[in-house]
Amino acid sequence: MISDKKVLIKGNYAIAQAAINAGCQCYFGYPITPQTEIGEYLSAKMPELGRGYVCAESELGAINMVVGASATGVKAMTSSSSCAIALMQEALSYAYSDELPAVVVNVMRAGPGLGYVYPAQGDYNQAVYGGGNGDYKIIVLAPSTVQECIDYTYRAFYLAQKYRNPVMLLADGLLGQMMEPACFGEYPYPEVDVSSWALKGAKGRDGKAIYSCARDEQEHIRKIERLFAKFELIAENETSYEEDLTKDADIVLTAFGSMTRNIKAATRALREKGIKAGWFRPITLSPFPTKRIYELAKEGKDFVVVEMNMGQMFKDVKYAINGEAHVDLINRPCGEWLSVEEIVSSVEKIMGGKYANCI
Amino acid sequence: MQTVFSVPKVMKKDFKFTFCPGCDHGVAMRLVAEIIDELDLKEKTICSSAIGCSVFIYDFLNIDCIEAPHGRACASATGVKRANPDKFVFTYQGDGDFASIGWAESMHTALRGEKVSAICINNTTYGMTGGQHGPTTLMGQVTTTSPFGRNKEYYGYPIKMAEHIALCDGTAFSARVALDSIPHINQAKQALKKAFEVQLQGLGFGFVEILSSCPTNWHMTPKQAHDRVRDEMIPVFPLGIFKDVTAE
Repeated sequence: MISDKKVLIKGNYAIAQAAINAGCQCYFGYPITPQTEIGEYLSAKMPELGRGYVCAESELGAINMVVGASATGVKAMTSSSSCAIALMQEALSYAYSDELPAVVVNVMRAGPGLGYVYPAQGDYNQAVYGGGNGDYKIIVLAPSTVQECIDYTYRAFYLAQKYRNPVMLLADGLLGQMMEPACFGEYPYPEVDVSSWALKGAKGRDGKAIYSCARDEQEHIRKIERLFAKFELIAENETSYEEDLTKDADIVLTAFGSMTRNIKAATRALREKGIKAGWFRPITLSPFPTKRIYELAKEGKDFVVVEMNMGQMFKDVKYAINGEAHVDLINRPCGEWLSVEEIVSSVEKIMGGKYANCI
Repeated sequence: MQTVFSVPKVMKKDFKFTFCPGCDHGVAMRLVAEIIDELDLKEKTICSSAIGCSVFIYDFLNIDCIEAPHGRACASATGVKRANPDKFVFTYQGDGDFASIGWAESMHTALRGEKVSAICINNTTYGMTGGQHGPTTLMGQVTTTSPFGRNKEYYGYPIKMAEHIALCDGTAFSARVALDSIPHINQAKQALKKAFEVQLQGLGFGFVEILSSCPTNWHMTPKQAHDRVRDEMIPVFPLGIFKDVTAE
């Protein structure tokens, strides 16, 4: 499905088809609501295309199949949700250390533990800070529309290969299950040459080993420093965000993922009431647009973070602001999305000097 | 002058030998190297290595290798093979890796009939961490975490890997071999070759369980350790071919 025509499509199917368009050669997955349609779609399409598909025995199996496939330079993906993404954290730490271009989709549900299948944004910390061991960083992209599910899936595959770093697409149940008009277009990125590192058999050369086992203390230190320097380069080149109406704003509504939709609407509603509101949304949660938030704070704008968790991105916004402005939190842990009306009335209270969660 | 014995071509020339004196890993890896040479597989081989003493296979063999997390070598091998059906893919694991933490991955790789070969070193203990009770520890065996010996009340029973794997419909070949004597080493090589060949013929999963000595953690001399393989392990873990679709 490569077409400039708009189609009405569900978020999960959009991610799956975008993976195919991006050249994903192997998909490995295990069912979990609310993302199961990704595996269902690909179980039909991948064999038709002669590509790899395995209904894995577990999420541990699935992510480690991605490790194996991506070590050979092939574009490989798994998808899952929240509590099952938790099972993949060990392998993500390995994949980072091994510099493997693994693509992982998390269509978030509510936690902790089994939680439930309604939408939530409680995996911000898990995605951005990781549940795996050691110093590591993955790239995290947070779509807010079905169109962005497509666009960021393309970008996920490109960034993973360009930087040899795992990338997570952090969507949520709302996006996974909703239908919206969207346009696939063609995969817009160039193919990355992986021949210098990919394992393809030691033909005409010595064998290559990809491993995270540390053999020498100094070498280990240099490796971690090199990987962190690489991530600084990623931050410099790839940090992305969107903002509007921030220029004259007194208060900036900040959200990620599908909550972005509601802060946009809330900003319009607040403007109609004469409140100078603007909105800001990080597209890359990792690397995080710390610098831009600091600039806005320095201009004297207060912030309010709106998210469906107990204040996870809130901490990063507060860190970015570095004491230059007020930052407040409007949140609910999971379930019914914070409505535009709720956000507007909370912001009005905040603007009235009642800082409910004032820091 | 006639050369009657040499290092296999695929073995590296500059490695530091890291295994304990009397450990059978060296013999097992040499057999793997000899077969890679004989079947001319070096240029199409990708190994999925494991965690434990077996992790260092990439120090000894001059082949492409991806180090899988503990227990996940068969899953990683599945990924390699599905992405590269034309390559020769094998795992080299210990019993803790294959049969304890990785049993689900191992079993399901066999059930799917993945065209990969898996080698598992069974030395009845976790070697690298210093000799703890594991899935293959024999009844009565004293380890650092079974100080009064393995008993059924606390520890249950040892797993018989080769028989279990043979029960999977996707398995093309499953055998148990030992390295305690020259005849057994020769049989081990034949079994390993078969486990490689069934993959090359596209017949399914190939598996070889290798009974091996661990003198350090058994607190034995190399000779005593090989005697233990013969006298204590083989009666519990009988040698033989449990499945061979080419013979059916």
